[in-house]
Amino acid sequence: MVASIPIEASRQPTFDVVNLCVKRQHDEILKSISFSAAPGELIGLLGPSGSGKSTLMRALLGVQAITSGSVQVLQSPPGSPSLRGQIGYMAQNSAIYVDLTVEENLRYFAGVLHQPSSEVTRVAGVVALTSFSNRLVSSLSGGERTRVSLGIALLGSPPVMILDEPTVGLDPMLRRDLWRTFEDLTATGATVMVSSHVLDEAARCARLLLLRNGSILFDNSPAQLLSVAGCTSYDSAFERLIEEVK
Amino acid sequence: MSLRRTLLTTRRILQQLRHDPRTIGLLLLVPSALVGLLAWSLTNDPGAFDSIGPKLLGVFPLVVMFLVTSVITLRERSVGTLERLFTLPLTKAEFVAGYAFAFGGLAVIQSFLVSVLSYTWYGLAHQGVPWRVSVVALCAALLGTAFGLALSAIAHSEFQAVQFMPAFILPQLLLCGLVIPVGQLPTVLRVVADVMPMTAAIHAIAPLQSTWYYVEQFAIMIAYVLAALVVGATTLRRATK
Repeated sequence: MVASIPIEASRQPTFDVVNLCVKRQHDEILKSISFSAAPGELIGLLGPSGSGKSTLMRALLGVQAITSGSVQVLQSPPGSPSLRGQIGYMAQNSAIYVDLTVEENLRYFAGVLHQPSSEVTRVAGVVALTSFSNRLVSSLSGGERTRVSLGIALLGSPPVMILDEPTVGLDPMLRRDLWRTFEDLTATGATVMVSSHVLDEAARCARLLLLRNGSILFDNSPAQLLSVAGCTSYDSAFERLIEEVK
Repeated sequence: MSLRRTLLTTRRILQQLRHDPRTIGLLLLVPSALVGLLAWSLTNDPGAFDSIGPKLLGVFPLVVMFLVTSVITLRERSVGTLERLFTLPLTKAEFVAGYAFAFGGLAVIQSFLVSVLSYTWYGLAHQGVPWRVSVVALCAALLGTAFGLALSAIAHSEFQAVQFMPAFILPQLLLCGLVIPVGQLPTVLRVVADVMPMTAAIHAIAPLQSTWYYVEQFAIMIAYVLAALVVGATTLRRATK
């Protein structure tokens, strides 16, 4: 089941961020970030750890208070009731109930989202957890827990997906399949934002956002990243850009 | 507020407990065992259990439920499931009510068990009415649940929550009339004691009072339960600073 986006709304940006600042105590986590994203975009969010990737994602979700600037998601302020259930979210910590089975986890969140039980079956297949349905999450490995968490984010095929490091600890085959799933979702008009440390993997995104110290360093296509940095590999291009600013 | 999402949450919490039989065992049996221990210790002092026992039926469930509820709700916060739920169509009221129903249900079983054992095996002979003592035990458990929920919004970790127990519970234990009758307290402390939830539980168990007196005590307890639930629901923050 795929949530459809009304035609007139599809021309509106999914994310519209203007001069977003987030301060925590005296630290500036995000310094005047501006960008917008259209329906159907697959955006890779890159940056060294501590660059503000997770904070930016949480600000889009409305679970991070913003200091100044404006953020609109599907023309609504983040966290507003109309957005709940419209954004599939996967945090870096797996945020699942370890004392429930895989299926009980999926069923609970599907119930909250008003999704039928067929959706639980579908999602368990997408994240390759069908044979683990009755296993307690506490008995699963880190990668398996990540898949449960990702499965919950995929429930109901929401029009917006915000995924913080969704492929960490997964084997290459599953990673490839999941990236294909993200691409399929964008083909139906969903906007998918994925943060990653693996640059070759993130290069599958048509658009890369590079964060460093809370500012956007680069916002363009992977091919552009290579030509701007004058490198042949994404890793060295990334390093060069980060170094240049220092 | 959707009853469906509330009950889904209640079912999920009970499923979590079902996978943890030891917690259920401790939750249901500890208050009964403690009251049994008290009855045994007072064997050589006829009549003593009859006066102290019923009071403790109002104290133990409160303490046990307070601890369990505050820790389990804080865990939702620390593992991130609360944050995830806040991005979904679940309201804070549904979340808190889901917990209140789950633990309220357990409180019914817990208080039933402890009262039945007291009146049969432990040989409680109380001038009061047994059903009233059972209802007080239930109210005490609900008080513990509601305050545990409210507290989990204030405490930042399970470690802090456990330390709130002596700060929140022990003053009430000292002043509620267990150690010294409320009437004999200095004036200021008596005023304080009279508005504490645990005192209302002890008062509601006292035999031979007017109907109006009992109505008042139950009203105090229910008011505290509702107030704590509202505080718990309103102080849950969606966004972190």
